Amino acid sequence: MDTITKMVVINSQKVLPSDVVIKLYESNADVMIKETCFGIIVSGERSVVEQLLGSIRKMDPYGIFIKERGLAPGEPYRCRATRRVGARPGFHTLETEDKILPYIASALKALDKGEVPEQKQKKKKLDIEKLKQIINEAEESQ
Amino acid sequence: MKIFIYPTNSLILSDLVERFGHEPLAIMSEIGKRVRSQGLDSPPLNITPEEPKLGLKYAAVEVPSGVRGRMALFDPLISKADAAIIVRDPVTSFGCMGCARTNELVNFLIRSKKIPLLELEYPSSEEDAKEFVFKISEFLKSLKKEEEK
Repeated sequence: MDTITKMVVINSQKVLPSDVVIKLYESNADVMIKETCFGIIVSGERSVVEQLLGSIRKMDPYGIFIKERGLAPGEPYRCRATRRVGARPGFHTLETEDKILPYIASALKALDKGEVPEQKQKKKKLDIEKLKQIINEAEESQ
Repeated sequence: MKIFIYPTNSLILSDLVERFGHEPLAIMSEIGKRVRSQGLDSPPLNITPEEPKLGLKYAAVEVPSGVRGRMALFDPLISKADAAIIVRDPVTSFGCMGCARTNELVNFLIRSKKIPLLELEYPSSEEDAKEFVFKISEFLKSLKKEEEK
């Protein structure tokens, strides 16, 4: 059996992790579910998990983000409950990206509306002659 | 198409690649294989003395075994990659992602592989995020067109 664990990060104004968990229990699928502070972790057979999470994403396409996770929920080698030290590896990346998720959600909405973002003008680097001029002016003014 | 992502454990990149109909090549799948395989030798990642040997493909024997061990994890991802999305200078280059030399080597190998490559920076505002998502969607759409040809 090809087992897979997926992490569902919820950054939504209308869906809570508990709503998703209830929906998953309703499906009666043979998967292991863990509700966490950031969302949920689902572990089970690849085809079952992918099909389930496909339907979960539809609950809020702009507020639900999914990625694979190497370790299953509650894995004793990595779980903080048994190791009792610091954040588990990968937490800091998740924490950093979680802050950007609202921006990504609004960007996805804009993309679906067909908005084309304006290309930002790149800042030009300071010309060497201009730098020399600034240095000379500063020296003269002293 | 199989898209290599960097940072290799990025939630945003992994999700966007999957959303736009491609397969993300992320480190989590490699770690998963080593965790789920039968008869773990050295938990939690099941990195055995064989792994640094595999890393010799990329780095010399005097290079720290950590680099070679990590390269053994990255090897299947780099060799399978049809295209890549790289975020420049991610702030979270520590922890499992934290080996600066491995990160440099991975970036170098991806660039020298001459596959379609998109380089970006993490967005820090809504406007930046719109450009970030737009560029990724256009890049992935262009790959799809190439695949259909």
